[in-house]
Amino acid sequence: MGRYVLRRLLQMIPVFIGSTFLIFFMVYALGDPVAALFGDKAPDPATAARIRKDLYLDEPLWSQYVHYMGQVFSGDFGTAFNGQPVTELMTGAFPVTLRLTVVAVVFEMALGVTLGVLSGLRRGRGLDTSVLLLTLVVVAIPTFVSGTVLQFLVGVRWGLAPPSVSPEAPFTQLLLPGVVLGLVSLAYTTRLTRTSVVENARADYVRTAVAKGLPRHRIVTRHLLRNSLIPVVTFLGIDIGALMGGAIVTERIFNIHGVGYQLYQGILRQNSPTVVGFVTILVIVFLLANLLVDLLYAVLDPRIRYA
Amino acid sequence: MPEPFETHLDMTEALAPAAGGGGPVAASGADTLQGGGPPRTPRRLPWRRPFRPGGGLPGSSRGLWSDAWHDLRRNPVFIVSALVILFLVTVAIWPQLIADGNPYQGDLSKAQEGPAPGHPFGYDLQGRDVYTRTVYGARASITVGICATAGAALLGSVLGGLAGFFGGWWDALLSRLADVFFGIPILLGGLVFLSVVTSGSVWPVVGFIVLLGWPQISRIARGSVVTVKQHDYVQAARALGASSGRTLLRHIAPNAVAPVIVVATIALGTYIALEATLSFLGVGLKPPTVSWGIDISSASSQIRNAPHMLLWPAGALSLTVLAFIMLGDAVRDALDPKLR
Repeated sequence: MGRYVLRRLLQMIPVFIGSTFLIFFMVYALGDPVAALFGDKAPDPATAARIRKDLYLDEPLWSQYVHYMGQVFSGDFGTAFNGQPVTELMTGAFPVTLRLTVVAVVFEMALGVTLGVLSGLRRGRGLDTSVLLLTLVVVAIPTFVSGTVLQFLVGVRWGLAPPSVSPEAPFTQLLLPGVVLGLVSLAYTTRLTRTSVVENARADYVRTAVAKGLPRHRIVTRHLLRNSLIPVVTFLGIDIGALMGGAIVTERIFNIHGVGYQLYQGILRQNSPTVVGFVTILVIVFLLANLLVDLLYAVLDPRIRYA
Repeated sequence: MPEPFETHLDMTEALAPAAGGGGPVAASGADTLQGGGPPRTPRRLPWRRPFRPGGGLPGSSRGLWSDAWHDLRRNPVFIVSALVILFLVTVAIWPQLIADGNPYQGDLSKAQEGPAPGHPFGYDLQGRDVYTRTVYGARASITVGICATAGAALLGSVLGGLAGFFGGWWDALLSRLADVFFGIPILLGGLVFLSVVTSGSVWPVVGFIVLLGWPQISRIARGSVVTVKQHDYVQAARALGASSGRTLLRHIAPNAVAPVIVVATIALGTYIALEATLSFLGVGLKPPTVSWGIDISSASSQIRNAPHMLLWPAGALSLTVLAFIMLGDAVRDALDPKLR
């Protein structure tokens, strides 16, 4: 187990370097961070050259990258457009987005697994067909459409939830945005659970459990569900990336001051340290989440042993 | 794999979340639409079919493709979604057929007004006809969807197919490269990439989707080629002295392409949603291009006063994405006998 984790961590290093360099390249080589500092006005050439020298922008790209990563690992993420250090923005933004993601994950897992098991056990009946059709429709509606429409209906027309979120962003206000964020993933979770339950319901161990005379709820919860959840857990790891991307849209619609909001502001104002800094952290989160999921695999499925 | 739609579905990661490991089963994440319907007449798998000299009875020795076609023609989901797509493509090429107005012409005195005779969807903020704009918006979405899918499928299947066929260091390098692209959530990458490319036309968007979309296809293609490579007929072709190129093109490619087609069809729908999302965020297509994403974005601030401005383009967008996803679903059912 320990050796496996070590090997996976070592494998993550080239992926991390590659992904962050790709983002770094897009921001620093394709865009012009110095021109962005001056907004619409053309910068004075002497001042621009001075800033370029101060920020090491006159060096080749790879040496800029090495320099930047050196600073990141010593805890210095640079300064945002309003003069605040990027780390300060991060400490404000990450807890908010974490809460939002927790709401989304709990929602999609609880409802998705329940619906998936129900429709998987009633394969081919009316409930199953309508759940499948409904998930397709949910997948087809992009988050920004469902977000805007639900914000209008639930938040404004019916007044059931606050249509926008205060800067503190407590859990109660994040319920609606969390549901919106998790909606598309909910459809995937439902379909995945259903497929998995349908496959496993024919398995020998289920027949054995039925033959032993176990009560139905015990067969479903202890035997069927535990084995059917394995692909769902894998999906969750991949889903973290989708949720982080979707958070940009959701946070924009509901005015949540989280990671997506700060990232969007950084991109809008072409503030390179904000963008590269946040993306670097998100890439690390994504890679670690996937590692965690692979380890969870071994817990759920004893057949998998990591040497 | 998700995101993507956002994801990365991904959103882009389509309806195939479990395909992340590069397994040969293309899209096990989603299930078939009529997964539980009455069991259809069992059919022999293509490779189990007994050999009949002279072709045998008509219809009794179909190949995978004619077999799939035979299946699709009887599938109502396929027929409905194919008709919708046919209609959308026609409208994208000749929008004048059903809308004779000008999508750029506005009358400010009618701003945000509801439906009127001859203008069934009402007017937008600039007094432009929402119906005309919704019809003209199909072109941008369909162009982006088809071009991006074609590009990603071509690049991904060539790279992934070669990697699966030759293996070795090229394979290892490509898999790591795909990991690097997977490390970036697709919407995030799109926001960063397109914010520095200031052109508002469809081509940067297409190029970006190809850039971040090919690894998904290449994993599927690689897994599929690796599976097919081990079959006896490939060994036979080799033993008979077929060159690598001939083995790959004539023997492996036709048998390995089915999962790629399935994933690409579903990805097409999610790419359209991705384009609209990027346009909504203000980095994808930009005015004066007529696009559903742009129209929804400008309507979203006015949803209290004039919901019709948002609902029509949003409905058209969702219908388009739904049609492509359902088509992919039906094609998967027809091409993957294992899911029966």
